[in-house]
Amino acid sequence: MEVAVEVRDLKKSFGAVEALRGVSLSVERGTVLGLLGPNGAGKTTVIKVLTTLLRPDSGSVFIEGCDVLADPAKVRHLIGLAGQSAAIQEELTGRENLEIMGRLYHLNKSSSQTRAQELLERFDLVEAGDRPSKTYSGGMQRRLDLAASLVGRPSVLFLDEPTTGLDPRARIGMWGVIRDLVEEGTTLLLTTQYLEEADVLADQIVVIDQGRVIATGTSGQLKDRVGGDVLEFTVVDPNRLEDAKRAVIDLSMTEPILDPKSAKVSVGVGQYGTNALANAVRNLDSVGVEVEGLSLHRPSLDDVFLAITGHAASGANEDGAITRGRKGRRSTSKSRNEVVND
Amino acid sequence: MTNQKVKDIPMVTEWTSLDKLRYGIGDALIVSKRDLLVWLRVPAFIFFTIVQPVMFVLLFRYVFGGAIAVSVPGGYVDYLMPGIIAQSAAFASFGTAIGLAREIQLGVIDRFRSMPMARSAVLLGRLIADTIRLVVTVLVILLVGYAVGFRFHNGVGPGILMLLLGTIFGVAICCVSAYCGLVFKNEETVQSFGLAWLFPLTFVSSAFVPVGSMPGWLQVFAKHQPVTIVINEMRALALGGPAVRGGIESALWLIAIIAVFIPLAVRSYRRV
Repeated sequence: MEVAVEVRDLKKSFGAVEALRGVSLSVERGTVLGLLGPNGAGKTTVIKVLTTLLRPDSGSVFIEGCDVLADPAKVRHLIGLAGQSAAIQEELTGRENLEIMGRLYHLNKSSSQTRAQELLERFDLVEAGDRPSKTYSGGMQRRLDLAASLVGRPSVLFLDEPTTGLDPRARIGMWGVIRDLVEEGTTLLLTTQYLEEADVLADQIVVIDQGRVIATGTSGQLKDRVGGDVLEFTVVDPNRLEDAKRAVIDLSMTEPILDPKSAKVSVGVGQYGTNALANAVRNLDSVGVEVEGLSLHRPSLDDVFLAITGHAASGANEDGAITRGRKGRRSTSKSRNEVVND
Repeated sequence: MTNQKVKDIPMVTEWTSLDKLRYGIGDALIVSKRDLLVWLRVPAFIFFTIVQPVMFVLLFRYVFGGAIAVSVPGGYVDYLMPGIIAQSAAFASFGTAIGLAREIQLGVIDRFRSMPMARSAVLLGRLIADTIRLVVTVLVILLVGYAVGFRFHNGVGPGILMLLLGTIFGVAICCVSAYCGLVFKNEETVQSFGLAWLFPLTFVSSAFVPVGSMPGWLQVFAKHQPVTIVINEMRALALGGPAVRGGIESALWLIAIIAVFIPLAVRSYRRV
């Protein structure tokens, strides 16, 4: 397989904050790499370096064999970028937005118009094409933004959190659009905070935390590290935590994780979730350990983090709210995120 | 899509200086056309560039004007118009700062910077669009001024020079605002900061009242600051009077402002 994107030992600090502490990754041509991590992990900084917007302190980046640091002008012909917000001019219509992009890629007027029409058709925006794009729904705006990033027919496309802020239905719609692109063979690097999204879209996943790569693999491999579905409960009497662990250890694909502070136990139970749930109830009952909030869920980014690092990801959860992180970590990663997003 | 070569897009990686110039100007014109299109579609922008200056003309002409004693040929309205033109030109620069800050927030500038277009186009294009906006504002104010009694007393040539000076003054302030927009990157911050420096600078000047009517300590500032120097020169051009020394001083000030703030703005654009 040919490598489309090769990143080696990327480092970048903003003042005292080390946003990237040696990130390496590679994307094979025609595949999708998901860069997974919580807010402030350094995802946007990686994208900015790869798209020629930011110079790293050290490291190297090659896109389609082209040195990004030595020849950014050439690289700009090869890439497309859709950032975290829809970078479209809301007062202009969808068509105008795309035509202007075409003109800025130095297409002549009629080619710009043809390209705009092609993209409107492809992203199901023909009907809305002549309305100001501020009248579009969030999902439509994101589709238009994605269309705009494709005007220059990039061979490598970068999508920074393509579904953040979308409602679940629009998110699923966006996934469909992205999968179609991939089927046509576009090389894609996307960032996300959601394991589920990386699972649906990415061939390879790179998990980063605090500017470092902490895991690489397919989504199956990452889930195996968590142990598949996750069974979680809180022990009412914290002194019985060890008893609870013994009661569920047989169900577990991996070592159950205990959090003495919150008296929470989480167990990877593979794909036998429902059976495991019943067995857990039976076993806990037979040793007389009382539990609360027994639940079974599919592994999330938090679970992957818990399994790999032993601590929860201090980022946004599915609702976009700050969740679960320890206080100290939360504030450091939040302040870093502000720097990174600036 | 991967194997499909970029067919219809000119792949210029080794730009000659002629290519650079051609694409540089072409890209800037496309950006400016886009900025003007946006401006035309936002009622608030039209309000600030046209309605607000007109309200200022009427307010000072008919409400405050009677209480302000000046000694120029046609009375207060002749004194007022050069001041109003300069002030409106300066206030038009809010649009520059807000526009740039907004585009940074939306990620538009990030996208442009990741594209094979001229690096200078976003700033240059915006300055071109803003200059066109300024000219429209200046002409509208002039028309309203004529309707409420303003007249040139020094001939057509100096009159045109006066309008030109007002416009170039506006462009210079736009350069400062562009820098502010790129540094603050936030619409609200840019707006309040713009008020914080533009209000004192334009009001504590000879724009609306003779500097001599201010307390002594304030006169020290009001007399020597560039807004007063430019407005006095505009007045001399419109109404007659010695204009050479003021013309040189104004030119030096404007050149200095532009020479300092364009490089600053370009530098922060690269770092956005």
